[in-house]
Amino acid sequence: MRELICIVCPQGCHLTVDEDNDYEVTGNRCLRGVAYGKSEAMNPTRVVTSTVCVRSGVHARCPVKTDHPIPKGDAFRAMELLNGIQLIPPVQRGDIVVANILGHQANFIATRDIPE
Amino acid sequence: MRDNYQMVVIGGGPAGLGAALSARGDGLERILIVERDVELGGILNQCIHNGFGLHYFKEELTGPEYACRLIDSLEENGIDVACDTMVLAIEPTEGGQRVCLMSANEGYRFIETQALILAMGCRERTRGAIQIPGTRVAGILTAGTAQRYVNIEGYMVGKRVIILGSGDIGLIMARRLTLEGAKVLACVEIMPYSGGLSRNIVQCLNDYDIPLLLSHTITNIEGKKRVERVTVQQVNSSFVPIRRTEIDYEVDTVLLSVGLIPENELTRAAGIEIDPRTSGPVVFENNETSVAGVFACGNVLHVHDLVDYVTEESANAGKAAAAYVIDKQSMHESSKRTIAVVSDDSIGYTVPQKIRPTFIEKSIRIFFRVREPHKTPKRIILRDDDQVIASFRRPYMAPGEMEHVTISKDQIDQIENNQLSISIEA
Ligand SMILES: Cc1cc2nc3c(=O)[nH]c(=O)nc-3n(C[C@H](O)[C@H](O)[C@H](O)COP(=O)(O)OP(=O)(O)OC[C@H]3O[C@@H](n4cnc5c(N)ncnc54)[C@H](O)[C@@H]3O)c2cc1C
Ligand code: SF4
Repeated sequence: MRELICIVCPQGCHLTVDEDNDYEVTGNRCLRGVAYGKSEAMNPTRVVTSTVCVRSGVHARCPVKTDHPIPKGDAFRAMELLNGIQLIPPVQRGDIVVANILGHQANFIATRDIPE
Repeated sequence: MRDNYQMVVIGGGPAGLGAALSARGDGLERILIVERDVELGGILNQCIHNGFGLHYFKEELTGPEYACRLIDSLEENGIDVACDTMVLAIEPTEGGQRVCLMSANEGYRFIETQALILAMGCRERTRGAIQIPGTRVAGILTAGTAQRYVNIEGYMVGKRVIILGSGDIGLIMARRLTLEGAKVLACVEIMPYSGGLSRNIVQCLNDYDIPLLLSHTITNIEGKKRVERVTVQQVNSSFVPIRRTEIDYEVDTVLLSVGLIPENELTRAAGIEIDPRTSGPVVFENNETSVAGVFACGNVLHVHDLVDYVTEESANAGKAAAAYVIDKQSMHESSKRTIAVVSDDSIGYTVPQKIRPTFIEKSIRIFFRVREPHKTPKRIILRDDDQVIASFRRPYMAPGEMEHVTISKDQIDQIENNQLSISIEA
């Protein structure tokens, strides 16, 4: 049994997920809570956002995000991939900064433009 | 930049950009946005996390992405922008307002405008404003300042961190600093509930096993040059620290996330009426302030937790400013009847504070915050004297989450007295 708080909407229902019973979800006030509870208990994923270094831009840093959610437990290892990266402007949002993060088929992409 | 505009917008954050775009869409041609920072986007530029735009763009964007979308449409629309330029004062003139600007390139100058949009955003409460005892050492900063150092300037703020206050920016920074390798020991909140969104508590604290200590506060900060130790204590229901509940934490950094205050120095100096409950200007249904032709939107009006609502509100302000300029009608004069929106103690404030029925096209939204969390279903009841005008059910409400109700023109037209009261009932 796992206790979770549903974050799909502001009500924040307290869900209980029964791993031994086909991930049955209780405590939800709507069906979206079931989907959230199942995926959160089976394979919790997150979009990770951070920044990387920019050489000679107006800004010292360029913000990045994973273009798909990655497994929650891999957030720190994904962060390590960003160390030492240095972008050279111009940067356009959507540019791939790190491809195929830890084999998850998600990329770190730039989330803003940085002109030359 | 010319000397004379139809509309000037003070502040290039999402509120200012939204107002400019909507006024342009409604036919204004000479619009200027004045921004004191070197670029547009406001606070969104430092909010690199995702979760913006779910309501408005129906997509989960990061702050910079949300800003970029607005800035792109601005460029397509030929709206003048003056960055690195600060508005120092606004003064009424015959035909509108005179705006005094200062910039390194052009020095001190004046611009005349018919309509003015206030979109200066808010700033964070600082330690002085909440008075924590202890020594004045380095290493104490607001969560938003830390956000700027880490996300824009690229400096790490500390290694062992404690966060006072559970506002959203503090929660977001707890996760951000943890991912960057700091140890966040706790988030300490004096109230028995958090001021942040529950999704942020789950994703920023629970994900990283950072404890949230409710009904606790920092009662002492020690250190020689930099913070070395803080004492946290539990408080009773009157917020008095309880003896022998002290916990000491060895930390080098204290982040404050103790609330935001609308930035209204310019507004006050211009003699525009301020609501003490919001610390923002009093506005009518179309976001017009007590001075005709001056409109306000975004965090300068009231603190928003979701940027999507800022965009919506600013579109309303821009539309009203365009109508003001194009129709040359002074809405203050043409409308005689005004309904005041009043609330009881269960509600912190409402925006707008005043409604002129003449100017409502189809419906109007009233935004408000509850003072205390309601975990069981409640009704929001709008009354004209004893007469119920509208009633809405809400399964859950919390002070950290701005609420709104929509009432139709028909319902407004039913109001006979000049007062509409809002209350929360079982
Ligand atoms: C540190 C911080 C973090 C936040 N994080 C989130 C978040 O994660 N998610 C979320 O939805 N909301 C967040 N918010 C709320 C957020 O502020 C709003 O969603 C939104 O950005 C408000 O838009 P705005 O345009 O009203 O204000 P702002 O974005 O603050 O823009 C106001 C602009 O006006 C400019 N300005 C002010 N005075 C003058 C002057 N005199 N002359 C010229 N220019 C001036 C400022 O430089 C600024 O660029 C955060 C707020 C703060 C303060
Ligand atoms: S279960 Fe449904 S109602 Fe409850 S928090 Fe999740 S989405 Fe909201």
